[in-house]
Amino acid sequence: MSDDLIKTIFGRLSLESFPIHEPILIGTFAMVALGGAALLGALTYFRLWGYLWKEWFTSVDHKKIGIMYIVLALVMFLRGFADALMMRAQQAIAFGGNEGFLPAHHYDQVFTAHGVIMIFFVAMPFVTGLMNYVVPLQIGARDVSFPFLNNFSFWMTVSGAVIVMMSLFVGEFARTGWLAMAPLSGIDYSPDVGVDYYVWALQIAGVGTLLSGVNLLATIIKMRAPGMTLMQMPIFTWSALVTNVLIVAAFPVLTAVLAMLSLDRYVGTNFFTNTGGGNPMMYTNMIWIWGHPEVYILILPAFGVFSEVVSTFSGKRLFGYTSMVYALIVICILSYLVWLHHFFTMGSGASVNSFFGITTMIISIPTGAKIFNWMFTMYRGRIRFELPMMWAVAFMLTFVIGGMTGVMLAVPPADFQFHNSLFLVAHFHNVIIGGVLFGMFAGVNYWWPKAFGFKLDKFWGTISFWCWVVGFWVAFTPLYVLGLMGVTRRLRAFDDPSLQIWFVIAAVGALIIAAGIGSMLIQFYVSIRDREKLRDFTGDPWNGRTLEWATSSPPPAYNFAFSPVIHDLDAWHDMKQRKAERPTEGFRAIHMPKNTGAGIILAGLSTVFGVAMIWYIWWLAALAFVALLAVAIGHTFNYDRDFHIPAEDVVKNEDARTRALQSAGI
Amino acid sequence: MIPLPSPSPSRRLASLAPRLLALGALALLGGCDTVVMNPAGDVAVQQSNLIIWSVVLMLLIIVPVMALTVLFAWRYRETNTEATYEPDWDHSTGLELVIWSAPLLIIIALGALTWVATHTLDPYRPLARTAPGKPVAATDRPLEVQVVSLDWKWLFIYPEQGIATVNELVVPVNRPVKFTMTSSSVMNALWVPAMAGMVYTMPGMETVLHGVLNRTGKFAGRSGNYSGAGFSHMTFWTHSVSPARFEQWAAGVKQNRWRLDTASYLKLEQPTEKVPPLGFGSVDPTLFRRVVAICVKPGTDCMQGMSHAGPAVNDRAPRAGEAEGALTRDPSEKGESPHLSAPHGQAPGQNDPGAGSNRNMTELHLPAPLRARASKEA
Repeated sequence: MSDDLIKTIFGRLSLESFPIHEPILIGTFAMVALGGAALLGALTYFRLWGYLWKEWFTSVDHKKIGIMYIVLALVMFLRGFADALMMRAQQAIAFGGNEGFLPAHHYDQVFTAHGVIMIFFVAMPFVTGLMNYVVPLQIGARDVSFPFLNNFSFWMTVSGAVIVMMSLFVGEFARTGWLAMAPLSGIDYSPDVGVDYYVWALQIAGVGTLLSGVNLLATIIKMRAPGMTLMQMPIFTWSALVTNVLIVAAFPVLTAVLAMLSLDRYVGTNFFTNTGGGNPMMYTNMIWIWGHPEVYILILPAFGVFSEVVSTFSGKRLFGYTSMVYALIVICILSYLVWLHHFFTMGSGASVNSFFGITTMIISIPTGAKIFNWMFTMYRGRIRFELPMMWAVAFMLTFVIGGMTGVMLAVPPADFQFHNSLFLVAHFHNVIIGGVLFGMFAGVNYWWPKAFGFKLDKFWGTISFWCWVVGFWVAFTPLYVLGLMGVTRRLRAFDDPSLQIWFVIAAVGALIIAAGIGSMLIQFYVSIRDREKLRDFTGDPWNGRTLEWATSSPPPAYNFAFSPVIHDLDAWHDMKQRKAERPTEGFRAIHMPKNTGAGIILAGLSTVFGVAMIWYIWWLAALAFVALLAVAIGHTFNYDRDFHIPAEDVVKNEDARTRALQSAGI
Repeated sequence: MIPLPSPSPSRRLASLAPRLLALGALALLGGCDTVVMNPAGDVAVQQSNLIIWSVVLMLLIIVPVMALTVLFAWRYRETNTEATYEPDWDHSTGLELVIWSAPLLIIIALGALTWVATHTLDPYRPLARTAPGKPVAATDRPLEVQVVSLDWKWLFIYPEQGIATVNELVVPVNRPVKFTMTSSSVMNALWVPAMAGMVYTMPGMETVLHGVLNRTGKFAGRSGNYSGAGFSHMTFWTHSVSPARFEQWAAGVKQNRWRLDTASYLKLEQPTEKVPPLGFGSVDPTLFRRVVAICVKPGTDCMQGMSHAGPAVNDRAPRAGEAEGALTRDPSEKGESPHLSAPHGQAPGQNDPGAGSNRNMTELHLPAPLRARASKEA
């Protein structure tokens, strides 16, 4: 066959694209292949394929989709953390002529992948999953506004994750840093497949993120239970509302920037090139217009979780609900006015820099007010130190330090010294681990009993908690110090031997965190093993205050047999106070959306399209794109989208719940 | 310039524990061998003072918050039944006023400080003083240094002296230095933490940074923005010397018969790593302007400057040799992904520090004449 024909068929994919001489990658591949084969074998052996397909993959139930999002986040977290361990190990040994164990070609992919995965495929699915699970329950709805769209959004996120993971074994990932800054990410300086993997993974996952933002926004605006005014929404739902406003407004910017970058790379335009009229600074500018709201997209849901947790476990109404809500809104607006603080060092004038520095500092006012509000919620409470509450207190103590270093970075002349240094790296890990991740862990421990009907094991949870908190400080305090010693990020090898000790300490910290992750996995395992002992029959194990605790654990597919009527902010607490009777008769058939495989098929075709574009296999890309359109249009002719849960089934279900409550003595 | 022999890994590990303790204690005492907090130049000193002030201002509120959080968490624990319990208390106008206005007051103070400091420490602003109480006279001109970040090394051009160096910056002590900076390919940032904070170097654009060093000595400098495979070793030493010694040094470099002109620049521009310091005895005076305008290569049109002063115009037709979009290529032009399945020697790593195979995925060689020169100097 002629060379041209092969190139036309396979694009730039060839046998040489498989890194068969990278021992680390081969080892990883062997493990993934063995683990994957074992998993697939087990699924086949236990005949679980049909169950998974019918009950999970094609499900439009917001609860199942929420759980799948969190499973995705946890799986990707293990990958992202493996990258972190490799970086810590490399930096701990690469001193004085020792180049460590990772060549630049590999190391640069590792730090890029770490950032991309942790933000887009760990933190984002985690917060989206939590919002998906909790919000409809909190507002007394039966599902989200657009249940099919929800399933489609999830699978598009998975598609992005699959493309990122694929780059590990076929070709390579970007070597640009997690934001792929121009002109380094342009085709002149990154001609290989890495940046294309980056672009298509994020574009495809971005579709999912944007649509799920639209979906949750519509759900919160339109589907609240009767009587629930905006100012009676649970605070977590408020934080979800603000978060989704941010998502809907910010993600199109990312899509546009990446589209322009791909136009530069695919059709030879000059948006971000050095020459031909391009302006690489514009890439930095535009990606941060998305990038700064993005950090609030991650942290606000965590704030919402902490508000719920602190109020529940202090046995008190949330202090300053109104001011909490306004703080959220102020943060939402201000988050669009600060993006330039990411590039003070690019030569803007002093007035511009001061403006953006000061707006950044102003954000600390509503954030500080929220911390005070949590504090005064604890004041004169009866605090039960269950796991979620432990995470909340650890968060408050950790996050204020991260907030302080954040304001330090916001002073432009100081930022000239901090920019891109390890001080900055320590700061954003301080707020993302100490804020977002701690929040997600609090949320998982808090809502797990709602999702599965039994609590998580406290012993292993406590071990995990302490390993995480201690490990975090051991791992990142040295980075603050190293930043002050003038060390920048993304370095692979060092000359100055006096730095080494700090990197070794940081590596020890990473190992302690690894122990925390291990304990968390053991915690899940032990809890599932001992689930009968940890079982909760009431549906309200924490003496909760919001509506999700009014229904059974796990909730029935329809969430609530009757739409609850809301009279007070803490609706469920209010019902308990007024000794509201749970209805036990008069049930009717419930109208529900039907499962569909269209979402997973569309996402599968998107994956094929993305991979074909990455490898320049034009015929396959065209085919996949046409198929994508055909399936999408075809799906609009599918009128078989809903069904009714018969009244008998509802009665059976609710009677079982009545008996369970009686046996629990309620 | 030649790295000191480092102790063997095992010896280094053995000496770890005591050093860990010593340095931990040092950090606790606030004793900083940290260059950012203990710099050698007036600009960086002012920046470190600003850092200290912002921390002090914020600690005013952070310390009470942390203390109260711990206190409340302890005092209102479930088992302490003596503590007051008010499950419905959820509002206090007085407290709300305090919790919104206390941070506000601190931010007003810090904001004012920020406004003033950002203007006085603007990197584009010529220095008004070289040290507290030592104003710069209107007649004193700063030392001009033109900086070009190349893949992956630094080029410093001294237009007044008519010389240039690679990966070595020499400045006279106590004299303001004005860096005019650009980049040849991708973005970097010039960072000498002992002297002043960093500012980006960007292709097709010109940025400015002012700084001064108040002590003689040798200070680390490096790139502050990731720029590709050779980024880790994109470091240089900054030597702060007496004015007489500076003149002597410049005259010495002047003796050097290497001339930095179009041809040698185009060679130098090629990606290389770990380049030892080089000196050029003479420099094409138009070179820097042509680097900024991306027209060093003969036959290329210059762009209008994209500096902050000039209009941002760099439109011109694509040139031969520039990458074109993937969709417009013939199959034969699609290229391959890098040859990832080729064996690249032994596993790189600590077993064999300094071995070429450790770096064989990134190492690119110096052009022959420069390499010869470099080895002679080494």
